[in-house]
Amino acid sequence: MRAVASIFGITILGLSLASAQNGGVSSGYPTPKGNFTNSQQRGHGLYLRYCVGCHGTYGDGNGENAPYIDPKPRDFVTATFKCRSTPTGTLPTDEDLIHVLKTGVEASGMPSWLPLSDQNRADLVAYIKTFSPRWQSEKAGEPIKVPAEPPVTKESLVHGGELYQKMECWKCHGQQGRGDGPSAPTLTDSKDQPIRPYNFADGGNDAHFKCGDSNQDLYKIFMTGVDGTPMPSFADVIQPNDAWDLVHYLRTLQTHRRSKENEVLKAAGGKIPVKTTAQ
Amino acid sequence: MRRKQVLVVLLAVMISPAWLFGAGTVSGKVTYTGTPAKQKTIDMSKEPSCAKQHAAPITTETVVTGANNALENVVVYISAGAPDESSAPSQAVTFTQKGCQYIPHVLAMRAGQELKVVNDDQTAHNIHPLAKVNHEWNKSQPPGTPPLSEKFEKEEFIPVKCNVHPWMRGFFAVLKTSHYAITADNGSFSLPNLPPGKYTITAWQEDYGTQAQDVTISGSETKTVDFSFKAKPY
Repeated sequence: MRAVASIFGITILGLSLASAQNGGVSSGYPTPKGNFTNSQQRGHGLYLRYCVGCHGTYGDGNGENAPYIDPKPRDFVTATFKCRSTPTGTLPTDEDLIHVLKTGVEASGMPSWLPLSDQNRADLVAYIKTFSPRWQSEKAGEPIKVPAEPPVTKESLVHGGELYQKMECWKCHGQQGRGDGPSAPTLTDSKDQPIRPYNFADGGNDAHFKCGDSNQDLYKIFMTGVDGTPMPSFADVIQPNDAWDLVHYLRTLQTHRRSKENEVLKAAGGKIPVKTTAQ
Repeated sequence: MRRKQVLVVLLAVMISPAWLFGAGTVSGKVTYTGTPAKQKTIDMSKEPSCAKQHAAPITTETVVTGANNALENVVVYISAGAPDESSAPSQAVTFTQKGCQYIPHVLAMRAGQELKVVNDDQTAHNIHPLAKVNHEWNKSQPPGTPPLSEKFEKEEFIPVKCNVHPWMRGFFAVLKTSHYAITADNGSFSLPNLPPGKYTITAWQEDYGTQAQDVTISGSETKTVDFSFKAKPY
């Protein structure tokens, strides 16, 4: 009885120490001894513990849970990644991948992995980069430049609203940003799986965007595109300052979220004069 | 003056590989057997600015046929034995979006050659090449914006789609060789200027796949190579 109690005590002590230090976790799985670096080997163990169920043994997104997940898990073999700071068609930076491991991907099966340590996340990134030969032959893309954010004004909201019409964002996202535009029902991802456009109006005060929740994250989403999905890059057709106006307008579509944009909108009478294109 | 002109012509003839080796041609026709699947009529009513550009509703172009079982839009190219051509042509190839259709439906280009994508419509398109060997990218092109300039570095047949208008489907045929042709509505093709040698001629159709035949060119001759694909009824 005493032995059981002391094992229990040691376990509790161990757990609290681990959480106090946020020292990350070890996988408990044996790691392979191939040509992997130490970091890749540690990442492999963590992958088998946390990622393999969805992303699969071969990293192709065909894990045993994959048939039940919508949208489908990423395929690391094609190295097409949704959330990047780099232009469409290029590889993301390690920081981009770590960012996804921290925040998760909104409205998908990918959770945030905050309990992991920074070292755990770096090891996982090192390992998932072994699935595609692209990482050997290519460098990550050059991150796009995000200029300093200008203040939110009524004018920036009006201009952003005009851009939302001109760029035809509403074709997929709908006039109110509810993800119900005329093209929404026919959208498919790059593997021909049906996929829904982001619904800005969904969610409360903690609503996240697909790839993070800051205005910078939102700026990057439409200026780099969400690769592997119907969401294209607008970097060639939207100037940086105009892009900020669009960011401010998009924030107002999150009707239940407190934001400086919604305050400006409220001060302007709750409505901005945007002429909508016929739907 | 006249003598000078003759000299220039003579010089041009002497330095051309065709004179050195004798230039052969491979030509032929691509046909099908059986009954091809009926192409689907496209409903463009959600995009009136495009719908009004077509007097009658258009159909999908997965299999386009002509008289006498001719097969159109087949890429015929030299997949082995072609002389090494190091640099891609400096002239760009153009892919146009007009009436919510891709023109041409199949566009062939050299690896590394400039590709210009033009939007002639009053609606925004997104150009989304689903490349696997090259890189998949996806760019928006609202009406009135300048052409996009892109290139692909590796040989690949890349499906292209517009997610906003799901009926828009086309192909980029990125090839290592300049010796390629796309069959016309009578199914015919011609690959000229081939020095003597043994070649593999490949024909690619987006739904029916590929076929290959070997041919030997021994001088300034024209060899006939025909291809016949078995149609898929569905």
